[in-house]
Amino acid sequence: MIEKSLFKERLVKWVLVLFALSSLLFLFLIFMFIFSEGLPLFLKVGLFKIIGGSKWAPTKGFFGIFPMIISSFLVTFGALVIGAPMGLSCAIYLSEYSGKKMKMFLKPALELLAGIPSVVYGFLGVIYIVPLVRDYLGGSGFSLLSTSIILGVMILPTIISITFDSLVSVPRTYREGSLAMGATKWQTIYKVILPSAKSGILASFILGMGRAIGETMAVIMIAGNALKIPGSILDPLRTLTGNIALELSYASGDHRLGLFSTGVVLMVIIMLLNYVANFGIKRKIAK
Amino acid sequence: MNTKIAIERLRLSFGKNEVIKNITINVYKNAITGFMGPSGSGKSTIISVINRMIDFEDNVNIHGRVYIDGKNILDDSNNPVSLRRRVGTVFAVPIPLPRSIFENIAYGPRLKGLTGRRELHNIVEESLKKAFLWDEVKDRLNLSALKLSGGQQQRLCLARTLALKPEIILLDEPCSGLDPISTAKIEDALNELKSDYTIVLVSNNTKQIARITDFAAFFYMGKLVEYNTTERVFTTPLEKQTEDYIQGKFG
Amino acid sequence: MRIHPRIINRIVEFGLNIQAFFTVGILVVIVAIIFFKGFPYVNPEFIFAFPDDMGRHGGIFPSIVGTMQLAFLSIVFATPLGVGTAVFLTEYTRESTFTKLIRFGVESLAGIPSILYGLFGFIFFVIKLGMGWSLLAGVLTMTIMILPTIIRTSEEAIRSVPRQLRIVSYSLSATKWETIKKVIIPAAAPGILTGIMLSVGRAVGETAAIIFTMGSSLRLPLSLMDSGRTMAVHFYILAREGISMEKAYGTALVLVLSILSINVLAYYVMHKAISKYS
Repeated sequence: MIEKSLFKERLVKWVLVLFALSSLLFLFLIFMFIFSEGLPLFLKVGLFKIIGGSKWAPTKGFFGIFPMIISSFLVTFGALVIGAPMGLSCAIYLSEYSGKKMKMFLKPALELLAGIPSVVYGFLGVIYIVPLVRDYLGGSGFSLLSTSIILGVMILPTIISITFDSLVSVPRTYREGSLAMGATKWQTIYKVILPSAKSGILASFILGMGRAIGETMAVIMIAGNALKIPGSILDPLRTLTGNIALELSYASGDHRLGLFSTGVVLMVIIMLLNYVANFGIKRKIAK
Repeated sequence: MNTKIAIERLRLSFGKNEVIKNITINVYKNAITGFMGPSGSGKSTIISVINRMIDFEDNVNIHGRVYIDGKNILDDSNNPVSLRRRVGTVFAVPIPLPRSIFENIAYGPRLKGLTGRRELHNIVEESLKKAFLWDEVKDRLNLSALKLSGGQQQRLCLARTLALKPEIILLDEPCSGLDPISTAKIEDALNELKSDYTIVLVSNNTKQIARITDFAAFFYMGKLVEYNTTERVFTTPLEKQTEDYIQGKFG
Repeated sequence: MRIHPRIINRIVEFGLNIQAFFTVGILVVIVAIIFFKGFPYVNPEFIFAFPDDMGRHGGIFPSIVGTMQLAFLSIVFATPLGVGTAVFLTEYTRESTFTKLIRFGVESLAGIPSILYGLFGFIFFVIKLGMGWSLLAGVLTMTIMILPTIIRTSEEAIRSVPRQLRIVSYSLSATKWETIKKVIIPAAAPGILTGIMLSVGRAVGETAAIIFTMGSSLRLPLSLMDSGRTMAVHFYILAREGISMEKAYGTALVLVLSILSINVLAYYVMHKAISKYS
């Protein structure tokens, strides 16, 4: 009787070990398959011809994705320009100014905002933002600007929640000390709290960037799908994610391999971003 | 008196910190033995050795033997799960499981494989009666145990351990935080139970020890200072330290 | 001219107030647009009819079913894996290089964008394992995508179960697994359920990973190997091809309402749990 239950306990433990290892297994599989499909083209055509090449015509042997790399960074930066100030202010409001009622109202609102699918954002962007840009600023409306606006809104929940967490973890004594010395609330925030929460805020920006650079559906609906580096914020563009999403369903042979190479580049960029973000968060914890 | 638990040269340390220093003591059957002493004297730790709950702590070094009915329970081959069916524990803070009163008591028996409704009901009734709680809850066995008062919850915890039909009951400061009436009820229950069980009561309350125990052991800083019948320890203590403690000169 | 700090303080406070309302306002506007533009087109016929003429007419029934199938099956696979991993990390090991490695794996999975999951699912499930565009390929891909969320929320829920409950269970002669099964998981259930519901929300809204694994067939998926659409995929195609504005809004409404109600449900479960233990 006792032997049977001991056996069962051991069995359970090993099953759970396997379950836990499954995450590593999946990660390994994902890396392996994307890299195994994506790396050959780098060897065949040449790393710099792909990363540095400006012409993307895969059926004719041109796999240059440099404009898309630039475009990915541009929309990410643009999203940050739009989303960071708004997100920071909102987080400051939430942590320093709002009462309990407001908090209870705003937090679920943020989660709802985060839950809206990117295709819906993209759709609304096409219907409302694109014509707005077209009519008041020029161009076709499908542009870096429109994309940045929509992406900025999409990364708001990420920036707000992480910044909020950093702000509330600043010790109360800092605030009280500053106010006791006669500073106003804003002065306290500006001179004491924000600097103290600096690395957390930075981490939120970087994570927001990570989200923006990986965003696909909204981007392909609004960005316009041009293969050149955008000359102005009103010009259309194509990102790395867009490159994959727009052509995967009909690509074959080397063309398809080119899309996987695009995926490899995207993966490396995101890994770097995550690494930097984690580094920043670790510094915050160390403080 | 027959020995139920024989502790032989027990030494225990957490890392470099020696908490039990070479203790040898025999706990007798069908009696209430009190372990008393100030905080940090090691009495709760001895309890956790007897019920093998010490297994869940890290960085522990144990030497010596603890025999129950002649078998060394510290032996690796011994199964702590079956040990804990024979050794029940009541902790200082009553912790009901978040379920009904009935299910709290039935938890242990169910683990043993008992499933018959009538059988379980009998065990629950019997255990609650022995813990002097039956009359107060008999009509509301399906009520959540969390809704009981502190004193009732502690008696529930006693009934819970009784449901497993153990041979030994360990109680670690069970009445700390309870009002005098609840304390009295638990003490009465223990008095009734001692004829069928071996009971060890850890308490910092010397008056309680004097009230209900048959044998009293005084521990100080991990050492057993004095051990005798309660009457002798309290009327003619052999050690000055014991006398000072009983008189409340330190605690 | 130096403005008095207290005036700056007032201005800033006012500005931040506006900012916050503006942010909430965005949400309200989004939901309102979808609601008012989509409401006229959502009726029982829309929900239960099959699409006609590529979705120009008719309803979205197959995509609703496809969404439910995808979400349900992904949860079925991911929950044991995820809760099991969480149980392992909290109950069976102490922090060590092994656990750090596993956490690294989980966090990395969480950081991979959905298009890359789509790429992986496409090459691995659809092509190499020969499943073709199918419900199964979509489910397996989705399972991996939601696994990190389930692991994270389950671990948090399990860790917040009071230590004393474990002690009580062990002292009553329960084994480790019995304690986990009978005490810890039931106590952690609300938190685990919340994680599950968040994942369902994600599965419902996901497009990039699904369109390349599950495909976009307009038929009702009757078996695991059938291709099908989810509401999100259907909505995307309607919008991209400019097939029908009305149907697009209608689909968007059903989509957003589903996600909204799942979120509300998750909140309800969380609150019920908190009140039960206080």
